[in-house]
Amino acid sequence: MKFSLEWLKYFLDTDASVAEISATLNAIGIEVEGIEDPADKLAGFRVARVLTARPHPDADKLQVLTVDTGEGDPLQVVCGAPNARAGLVGVLGTAGAVVPANGMVLKQSAIRGQESNGMMCSTRELELGDDHDGIIELPEDAPVGTPFAQYQGASPVFDVAITPNRPDCMGVYGIARDLAAAGLGTLKPLRDDKIEGTFPCPVEIRTDDPDGCPAFYGRVIRGVKNGPSPEWMQARLKAAGQRPISALVDITNYMMLAFGRPAHVYDLAKLTGPVVARRAQDGEQVLALNEKTYTLDRTMTVIADEAGVHDIAGIMGGEHSSVQPETTDVLLEIAYFNPETIGVTGRKLGLATDARTRFERGVDPAWLDGGLDGLTSLIQRLCGGEASHVMRAGSPPSVAKVVQYHPELTQKLGGVAVDEAEQRRILAALDFTVSDDWQVTVPLRRHDVEGAPDIVEEVVRIHGIDKVASVPLPRGEGVARPTATPQQQIERRLRRAAAAMGLNEAVTWSFISEREAAAVGGGRWVLDNPISEDLKVMRPSLLPGLLSAVQRNMDRGATSVRLFEIGRRYLEDGEHPTLVGVLAGERVARGWSQGKAAPFDAFDAKSLCQALLAEAGAPVDKLMVMEPIGDVYHPGQAATLRLGPKNAIASFGAIHPATLKAFGIDVPVVAFGIHLDAIPARKSAGFARPHFAPPPLQAVTRDFAFLVPADLPAGDLLRAVKGADKANIVDARIFDLFEGQGVPEGQKSLAVEVTLQPGETSYKEADLKAIADRVVAAAGKLGGELRG
Amino acid sequence: MSDTDTIQTDALARIAAAADPAALEALRVEFLGKQGTITALLKTLGQMGPEERLEKAPAIQALREGVAGALADRKAALDAAALEARLASETLDLTLPAPDSPRGTVHPVSQVMDELAEIFADLGFAVATGPEIEDDWYNFTALNMPESHPARAMHDTFYFPDAAPKGGKMLLRTHTSPVQIRSMMAHGAPLRIIAPGRVYRSDSDATHTPMFHQIEGLVIDRDIHLGHLKWTLETFLKAFFEKEDIVLRLRPSYFPFTEPSVEVDVGFAIENGKRVLGGSGDAPGHGWMELLGSGMVNRKVIEMSGLDPDEWQGFAFGVGVDRLAMLKYGMDDLRAFFDGDVRWLAHYGFSAFDQPTLSAGVGARA
Repeated sequence: MKFSLEWLKYFLDTDASVAEISATLNAIGIEVEGIEDPADKLAGFRVARVLTARPHPDADKLQVLTVDTGEGDPLQVVCGAPNARAGLVGVLGTAGAVVPANGMVLKQSAIRGQESNGMMCSTRELELGDDHDGIIELPEDAPVGTPFAQYQGASPVFDVAITPNRPDCMGVYGIARDLAAAGLGTLKPLRDDKIEGTFPCPVEIRTDDPDGCPAFYGRVIRGVKNGPSPEWMQARLKAAGQRPISALVDITNYMMLAFGRPAHVYDLAKLTGPVVARRAQDGEQVLALNEKTYTLDRTMTVIADEAGVHDIAGIMGGEHSSVQPETTDVLLEIAYFNPETIGVTGRKLGLATDARTRFERGVDPAWLDGGLDGLTSLIQRLCGGEASHVMRAGSPPSVAKVVQYHPELTQKLGGVAVDEAEQRRILAALDFTVSDDWQVTVPLRRHDVEGAPDIVEEVVRIHGIDKVASVPLPRGEGVARPTATPQQQIERRLRRAAAAMGLNEAVTWSFISEREAAAVGGGRWVLDNPISEDLKVMRPSLLPGLLSAVQRNMDRGATSVRLFEIGRRYLEDGEHPTLVGVLAGERVARGWSQGKAAPFDAFDAKSLCQALLAEAGAPVDKLMVMEPIGDVYHPGQAATLRLGPKNAIASFGAIHPATLKAFGIDVPVVAFGIHLDAIPARKSAGFARPHFAPPPLQAVTRDFAFLVPADLPAGDLLRAVKGADKANIVDARIFDLFEGQGVPEGQKSLAVEVTLQPGETSYKEADLKAIADRVVAAAGKLGGELRG
Repeated sequence: MSDTDTIQTDALARIAAAADPAALEALRVEFLGKQGTITALLKTLGQMGPEERLEKAPAIQALREGVAGALADRKAALDAAALEARLASETLDLTLPAPDSPRGTVHPVSQVMDELAEIFADLGFAVATGPEIEDDWYNFTALNMPESHPARAMHDTFYFPDAAPKGGKMLLRTHTSPVQIRSMMAHGAPLRIIAPGRVYRSDSDATHTPMFHQIEGLVIDRDIHLGHLKWTLETFLKAFFEKEDIVLRLRPSYFPFTEPSVEVDVGFAIENGKRVLGGSGDAPGHGWMELLGSGMVNRKVIEMSGLDPDEWQGFAFGVGVDRLAMLKYGMDDLRAFFDGDVRWLAHYGFSAFDQPTLSAGVGARA
């Protein structure tokens, strides 16, 4: 909300500077978002009189003027305005001044050979209006030489943000009241505008919707003369960002901006029969002042006559009965609307207006008669006319809240002790009534004040929140305890482990497009009102977001991308913490030592997946490598890692070429994913590790080569070999895989290195033979045959 | 000159002339092998009488030792020369690049969240979480924003078509504040938590993205007041920015879930075109920047969370994590946070070993 210093001073008697006012506004909770001083823009422009005007010798449309600037010799100025003539008093910009409308810096120049020392300005050039047909014409007696800003009475404009709980400050007078309470001046008394009226209100006024419109007051003024509003009002409205329209419209806007009190003025000639506040009928329509037609329903309150709706109550008036230049008789409306109804109607219609903002937050229920008289007085003073008696339908809320308060609460809740007398002074200045035993009666306009904490806020903000001293939080006894949950600890650990393994952590959108979601089987949670089609479905997997990131990186010329993200998947049964990594393009770039670049393969994904699972405390050795789920992965180059046949906790492998195509990626990509909430919790609670002492005897290794069926998973053979003699075999690993010459069709050769750990005594030949026999037997069960 | 002298002279000369280990070995066999000339001389000793042996033995023994020593010395010399020759042929150009080891990074948002968790752990705050797909009741109603509340409209909320169990529709949480309610309901009081996480608003420009990160703080106890809030925020910001001259300006404001409500500005200076926190915003060349919202938890909120507002009171605050990251580490475009550009991540991301600790300072210096 904007208002000029001049307007504020109309209500507040103060000598405070703009800076002091600004600081105080901030201190009491009215945030100053900006201060603009029009005088800054108008520096270098002054009132000047044209002494002579003669045609330019070399240009038909130009004149050469001599201009009296109030000091020194007259200046010669070339001017193209048709109204430029000797004797005219206007506004001259001299060298160095900046034209507000276009930023042009004025300088001495020659126009078609004639010297020109400045520019006579139009209202548009000075951003004071739209007129550009000629230069500004000031009254004859305007003091020549006066800076134009000073002549015009330009006043600094404050732009403030009013919090939604303070509709009473959505008018300059309310702000002045708060500033006065904060000691910045004295609130001036309002005019006493009690107007009885001279004849009965000729229009019947009713409220048939006491819920939506508890009170509807009105009166008629006959014989008004609508026209432009006076300069002083236009100046205030313009400073507030309102375009002056006509006196009657400007007066209602003035009431709203000065007192936060929206009102409406109807052209009486356009009304027929009683004017009634009622619910709209379903489907009823109204052409509003913004020239749009709105279709209403029965939850909405309207003001209507026999012919139809004239006003979307509290939000926007209708075009049909709006006042015109020729309007002579008017009906004034001042009402109290139910804030909730206004909010619902406004949201349904998508219609945000200054009136709605105020009614929705709650106008002053105690100022209907005052407002109506104020409105009447302004109209009569500016437009003349004769006022009727007031007709009142219904009544506004009138029961004031009483809050039991205690002055110690400023200390208990606010952390600052405030002298009791000072508390009483502050509350009184804000129109609260305080009894001897601290029963505080809240002014009706303060809808936001509901209890003692609100009173604390009032006292503390006016007293000065900067007087609240910092007090250390009491510290718990002893040393600080760990505060992260096991899940948080896993996430932190894996994040840093993955980064240490060379992956860059990304954060991608939680919502993805329907197309991306479809690539992973579709999403359960689809937004009703997405900000764009690209950000619409809550991701059921982190993979689409990362694949899209891969695609963007590749399009930017990356050759190797390693990304991971830790975040949530959003499924029917809730949100699941997940880690996904993607490796795209080259694992090793071409190089001087190894030659060609090497792409990532599924084993790179497996390696990272297992290493991270181990970091997370998962029993990696016990996990079964099983077939992949879904069709994101290459069916032959991907797998799931499962704790049981149905308990997949991780997956890895090459991404399906069709998936890559869908994401516009033309390099191989491998990926892995870990369901962090599926990892079984660590069982051990203590710090001590199980006992271990390095065995005194050295381990020995033995190699075995088996011919096995070509489709036997190597992992099965390894598991069988390891399990062949658990007392002696501590490790086994495959060191060769061979198919082809020398190996029969349908078979492959797998070579296993088995590590044996002797216990108390060294192995004898017979021991080794027995172990070897057990290994061969175990392999035999899987169709393995020892190679000679 | 005796025989042995002749043999020795000849042997030493030939050993010295041996050009390679093979020639040297041949000489060893010739002199000291089973059929070797010196071996033969040694064998003659056995056939001599005691006196003759006493006379000739020293010379023959000396001959054997002299030749054996010469052979060993020559072998060492040949080996050393061979090694030198091999090394000379093995030179590497070590200006060639070594194999790359990829450098991974931690995202700034994660880093800052870890830093905040560390700072607040020291103050006794646990880390709490809650769902992002939230019930209207937790996001609004329980925070004193009933259905018709105007403040709801300021939240630019994303909605789902699904009905929420406690009324209204399911939505994407617009702030981390619902975690306040969930924590109070689950754990009661006293309570000290921070709740970091993703939040969503339908808003998009250079400084707003439809998804961003917030951290919520909540303290519920018996005698907590605005002064504690002020101290906590000052302490946290000083610890976070590792700067003593952080100056806060509290401004009365309005949030439905706090009463009194306070908006907190922090003083900054412009240095090299960037905002640098520190100093009073009123000092020359300085300004105030709105940083976070806070206040004393509204009695209604405490009540709706199942606690007795006559017994318990406390404060809450919320601050943008992305914003804190930008202010501390100098990024200027929020949208880049969520793009996954590896160049950006490599530049602004953090080493895995930049784990924030209190002893080393929570921040990672550039």
